[in-house]
Amino acid sequence: MSEYRLKNDEKIDIEAILDDLEHYVPKKRPWTWRKPAPGLVMNGFAYQDMSEPMAGESVPLPSAKYFGNIDPQGQWTITTEIASGRFEDDIRRMRMAAHHGADHIMVIRTAGQSHYDGLIEGTPQGMGGVPITRKQVRAQRRALDLIEEEVGRSINYHSYVSGVAGPDIAVMFCEEGVAGAHQDPQYNVIYRNINMVRSFVDACESKRIMAHGGILQIDGAHNANATAREAWKVMPELMVQHAINASFSVGAGIRRENIALSTVPPTAPPAPCLHIDLPYAVALRELFSEYKIRAQMNTKYMESSTREATVTHVLNLLTSKLTRADIQSTITPDEGRNVPWHMYNIEACDTAKQAIAGMDGLMDMIELKKDGYLRDKARELKERAVLFMEEMLECGGYFAAVEQGFFVDSGFYPERNGDGIARDSQGGVGAGTVIRRADDYMAPVTAHFGCNNVAQYDESAQNDPARLIGGCTFECPEKIIFIDELDEQDNVHVRLEEKREFLTGGKIMPEMEWRADGIVVLTMFLPLERRAAEAAALTIASKLNLVECEVIHREVMQKAEGTRVEVRGKVPFAIDEASLVIPPEPEVMSDEEIRAEIEAHPLTVVCGTVGEDEHSVGLREIIDIKHGGIEKYGIKVHYLGTSVPVEKLLQAAVETNAEVVMASVIISHDDIHYKNISAIDKLAREMGIRDKIIFVAGGTQVTPELAVKAGADAGFGRGAKGIHNATYIVKERRRRRGQTV
Amino acid sequence: MKRADDFAGRRAHLAGMSDEQLKEYFWQLADRLTAPLLELGREYTSPAVERSVLLRMGFSSLEVRPIVETAMEKNLIAHGAGHIVYRIAQDTGMSIREAGLALARGELWDRAQQLFEEVQA
Repeated sequence: MSEYRLKNDEKIDIEAILDDLEHYVPKKRPWTWRKPAPGLVMNGFAYQDMSEPMAGESVPLPSAKYFGNIDPQGQWTITTEIASGRFEDDIRRMRMAAHHGADHIMVIRTAGQSHYDGLIEGTPQGMGGVPITRKQVRAQRRALDLIEEEVGRSINYHSYVSGVAGPDIAVMFCEEGVAGAHQDPQYNVIYRNINMVRSFVDACESKRIMAHGGILQIDGAHNANATAREAWKVMPELMVQHAINASFSVGAGIRRENIALSTVPPTAPPAPCLHIDLPYAVALRELFSEYKIRAQMNTKYMESSTREATVTHVLNLLTSKLTRADIQSTITPDEGRNVPWHMYNIEACDTAKQAIAGMDGLMDMIELKKDGYLRDKARELKERAVLFMEEMLECGGYFAAVEQGFFVDSGFYPERNGDGIARDSQGGVGAGTVIRRADDYMAPVTAHFGCNNVAQYDESAQNDPARLIGGCTFECPEKIIFIDELDEQDNVHVRLEEKREFLTGGKIMPEMEWRADGIVVLTMFLPLERRAAEAAALTIASKLNLVECEVIHREVMQKAEGTRVEVRGKVPFAIDEASLVIPPEPEVMSDEEIRAEIEAHPLTVVCGTVGEDEHSVGLREIIDIKHGGIEKYGIKVHYLGTSVPVEKLLQAAVETNAEVVMASVIISHDDIHYKNISAIDKLAREMGIRDKIIFVAGGTQVTPELAVKAGADAGFGRGAKGIHNATYIVKERRRRRGQTV
Repeated sequence: MKRADDFAGRRAHLAGMSDEQLKEYFWQLADRLTAPLLELGREYTSPAVERSVLLRMGFSSLEVRPIVETAMEKNLIAHGAGHIVYRIAQDTGMSIREAGLALARGELWDRAQQLFEEVQA
């Protein structure tokens, strides 16, 4: 089993990952940053802000094919959040995301885990996230150990150390090689109503353990943005929350370079977001210059339009570029309408990668102004944050301030609206469970925070308490007790068995979230007002036999003229992979063979873009020697230009005694491209030259089979190159000469 | 509490500070707010802290729960759950693991109480 390795063209074998997991020892891995590569040159471009390229496999941006298929990677760590509820399906998504540039994989916890007093074990299914367990973590870490070999770059695995079992989880994460974790007791207090005393006592221990494991910490302050009614008004408070967790973490032993602030640009268009967000971003980065910045994207103002979300997120990336980011989180553009789907994790990673490559070197050319509005506003925000903390101290400190509803108040501090979240220091989950340590209190383990009277047994063990027991699990991982499954029904093995035919039986269904969930999306424009359009869309989906249909997006084009609607539904059948008819890949001959053939049988071609069509680029790529076109084989080409009348093309063929006529047909509106192909075929017949010429048609919207049906001898669509045309022409000439091809 | 934005008046004492001085003051305030919270962590413990100690001593999540719960019932938790396991192992000559498993099964708690009463006396 330990021999299992990924192959780029084979699916990851989840059962191999689970096999003998009990004995898998995760590589001990603290957090890893990308390595900057100043002056990197790729495809002739000199980059300023990139990191070392991935050493293994990756999937470049779609347009990379015009740029030598380069896949430049920025210096910021790129986060993707993955948690569908079934960790086994998430593993496949992690692999896809890693290939698109993610190197920080964050696993969201299932709803309710914060209030679970202890570790969850086994692999139960989750809701809105995954139950974080040792088996689940170990399986995903093992998969990532393989995936990072495949992509040639370290991958940081991340989840949450919060709730009433923070220290338990921190120990497990440290043992299992988790590299990053959210840890912020304020999150427990404000959003999970966990008792504040308990939260801070637990957090001391959790942070001490995380410090030992080199685990990078991210705080929870960004949640105030998502909760506050007007997110931009909590900016002073956000800086206070960051400061409390940062100062507290340093006190608990975490090094500043392992403490990251989770910060979000608070607004989104149509608000003038950069004008509001940028001074805040500047103020924050100046106050926290010794800490890392984890730049999160705005989720607060996301609607169901993935386009709108993407634009907001690109503006967020611009804010990161104009200021600073160490980790750039990505938010899937579909988060406003469902639990993120596979393809939107990938879109979000690509959005970041695309924007980062595009903005490379920006700050070498511009700088933020050093006076005026930006400076004044940044200063004002800092002062408001300072005043906030002064008043907290005046009223009795952190606990008193929380009791008095200081936090998540919708007023722009010092304005107060009296609608903050107030908690009772004696209340909440876990209230009354902290105990004062006795004088002889002792814990014989590594990374324990606070009073620990080890000296009563061995003075020399004071700095190494675990020596009392011959080392704890941090020194002796063989002492870790692995629990497999506790629930015979709710576990990964049962779930995989239910999907057996899709795992190994050659059955295929579309999927968005889970293996074979059958989900597809239909996008349509309906010439109806919004409500009627939604009803019509559902009727159409239902007539297409989709089940569990639901409108997930609608956008009014004009009130009466119509609505854009997106419907999700499930395909109620599976298909057999073996039954698929897959057209063969186009054949290509070697350059030498084509050249020899043309030398023996010289060839003249006439070509042009026909109809009222001024597109020239595609055809020039097929013919020009500098683009690797057919001229390089010694073929004589008469290029007639664009908007060439059909008659002129064929007359030129007669005049030059050309054997091949190549017509480029780009404009496809109302099927004009196929109509022009038919017109050439018809005229050639009328002129009596049809069987003397080889007629080839091509264009971005051309489907080869349909071109032939319209009257061409061959058709070439998007992606075709000169060599494909030349190969066809050589074979067709041989056939016509009666030779074997 | 409701209050109008009185920033203009409230900030008077900050106006003369340079950006550097303001930053330094910002962190002084933060450290003053968190110092008592860290002190709590030094002097107190919790069921989760104690479970995390036992996990590090080589017990599973299923084994640590009854040890911590019983230690709380018996009012021994203030000595440390790991400490109890350690003392029982010392006292009986069992390994740490054997001692903890016995305690998880509900055994040897009377002896644990005796051992820690002796300490208190």
